[in-house]
Amino acid sequence: MKACLPPSPDKTAPAQTVSDRVLEVEELRTYFYTRGGLMKAVDGVSFALKRGETLAIVGESGCGKSVTALSILRLVADPPGRIVGGSARLDGVDLIELDAAAMRAIRGNRISMIFQEPMTSLNPVMTIGRQISEALILHQALSRTAAMRRATEMLQLVGIPEPQQRIREYPHQLSGGMRQRAMIAMAVACNPEVLIADEPTSALDVTIQAQILDLIGRLQKELGTAVILITHDLGVVAETAERVIVMYAGRKVEEAPVAALFASPLHPYTRGLLNSIPRLPSIERRSDGPPVQRLQEIPGIVPALSNLPPGCSFAPRCAFASDVCRQAYPRYEEKQGGHWAACWHSDKLAGAANA
Amino acid sequence: MPDKPAAVLEVNGLKKYFPVRRGLLRRTVGHVHAVDDVSFTIGPAETVGLVGESGCGKTTVGRTVLRLIEPTAGSIRLEGHEISALSKAELRPLRQRMQIIFQDPFSSLNPRMRVGDIVAEPLKLHGDGGKRARRERVAELFERVGLRRAQMDNYPHQFSGGQRQRIGVARALALNPRLIVGDEPVSALDVSIQAQVINLLRDLQRDLKLSYLFISHNLAVVEHISHRIAVMYLGRIVEYTDKTTLFARPLHPYTEALLAAVPIPNPAVKRARRVVQGDVPSPLRPPPGCHFHTRCPYAEARCRSEIPLLREVQPGHQVACHLR
Repeated sequence: MKACLPPSPDKTAPAQTVSDRVLEVEELRTYFYTRGGLMKAVDGVSFALKRGETLAIVGESGCGKSVTALSILRLVADPPGRIVGGSARLDGVDLIELDAAAMRAIRGNRISMIFQEPMTSLNPVMTIGRQISEALILHQALSRTAAMRRATEMLQLVGIPEPQQRIREYPHQLSGGMRQRAMIAMAVACNPEVLIADEPTSALDVTIQAQILDLIGRLQKELGTAVILITHDLGVVAETAERVIVMYAGRKVEEAPVAALFASPLHPYTRGLLNSIPRLPSIERRSDGPPVQRLQEIPGIVPALSNLPPGCSFAPRCAFASDVCRQAYPRYEEKQGGHWAACWHSDKLAGAANA
Repeated sequence: MPDKPAAVLEVNGLKKYFPVRRGLLRRTVGHVHAVDDVSFTIGPAETVGLVGESGCGKTTVGRTVLRLIEPTAGSIRLEGHEISALSKAELRPLRQRMQIIFQDPFSSLNPRMRVGDIVAEPLKLHGDGGKRARRERVAELFERVGLRRAQMDNYPHQFSGGQRQRIGVARALALNPRLIVGDEPVSALDVSIQAQVINLLRDLQRDLKLSYLFISHNLAVVEHISHRIAVMYLGRIVEYTDKTTLFARPLHPYTEALLAAVPIPNPAVKRARRVVQGDVPSPLRPPPGCHFHTRCPYAEARCRSEIPLLREVQPGHQVACHLR
């Protein structure tokens, strides 16, 4: 079961043991039991997050990237969802095994999450200050006044002007970018070891997106937080992440350092994604050949999770697919140093130029 | 050489002000200048991209051009006909010439109608032929946009997002329009599906000589599909030129800021990123003078008081900036 990871730290070791991995997810399985059938939203996902690093999880809607995050935080609605297997160890403590009270002490304190749509994640009838101080009172046993003072500092830290005034305002009084900053302030108030950002900038305008990404990067440096960045935007990945996980239909199909993934993807799905996005040649300064007239499509559609094809889930859309792909799911293995993929034909991709 | 072909769409001095009502009596307390003196033209088989951030007025421009929203002032000429002042009845025959594709393929198709009937609806409304002829035309359209005839009797929920967007495209094509307004037509789609729809739109343009007004916030998509691009900020066009020039030599500080902010999907590209600070101001109370001066790194005294006019600084390159 631990095929993808080197030996993990002894489970009985005290949490203070210095390991460079702050979070280790192993063989995580989250299934949804719906009227439409069994949906394996997350089907055996393993990865490790190093202290202070940024790990991106990319994939399209329904690939399981958000459910992976929600499972780590134990926020999957049950029913219909259930974590049916695997572990997620934060400094050696398996979060999946914790009771509700112990989990509450961790959530928002040692792991926190920011969501795509700040308006739906903030409480509209509570002031910004109270929402930020709530976590501080709960987790750090601060008095109300001290928590409010700290909340003001947090707003300052995330670059909200006039924090003393903003602290008394309600979410609707802030702009979209400011709301996202407030949510980040709330998420990092307790100085978490892990910050999970689920499409943190997808609802924002591009100039505001750049501001928020800069902010997350700056906080990460200042606070030493490890970040899991969930996104569908390969541009955001290229500019912010150190390592990347690509998911497709509930499974991890590729993992690599960001430069290797973009330079020589070893899974046909990753390659398809990279080739299907329009580029800005004048900014990338690509002088190789004429401008692209036609985007390369990935044919077909993402399969329904309740009705996955046998063998490799990507085979029906894959130009490299052969009989073996349609029969057996490929092993997830290390193809090059630090570069993992689940594909029978990675060697063909490695040889072919990444057009 | 034939004469320069007439423009398919000519927009001049277009304005749309929405009243802001407050209080018990819903008194008008002011106006949002959603579109403030916008002019552009679209030639035959040309795509003009309209980019800008939320609230810049790009969607309102698209809808006003189609008279889905009534303009406050300005002229809209569709194939030479002035349509801004036509009555509903007068406009009706011209409606066939211009169509729209919406962003959200989930809310723009009636869930209780078979998709074949959805596509046939415009044919029915404009009284084209009998039932059998219509069905044949719908089948043709389905094949045209990459769907199968057999799928005509299915309901929208049986299709994926990309397929639904194809249905939206088929509906827009039904009456052989000259102009299609695409309002963020690929923004709600997954990356791998986006490419399919973009390619479809380009193929249709090539084969049917369609003109597009392509509205999007995604600069890379706009760059790929457009011939010329207009950049909007708070209701005004700030820069308008062909796409090569816009991306290679942007002149307006806002265009510069937009280009600098787009994340580039290539870790090998290292850019000195200059992030423009501040928020887009509220369209209710836009700053005086140049709307961008509050965020502009080059702003001078005059930018704070004088509205810069859109003027041609080089042939085919229009900019609204005092400093260029």
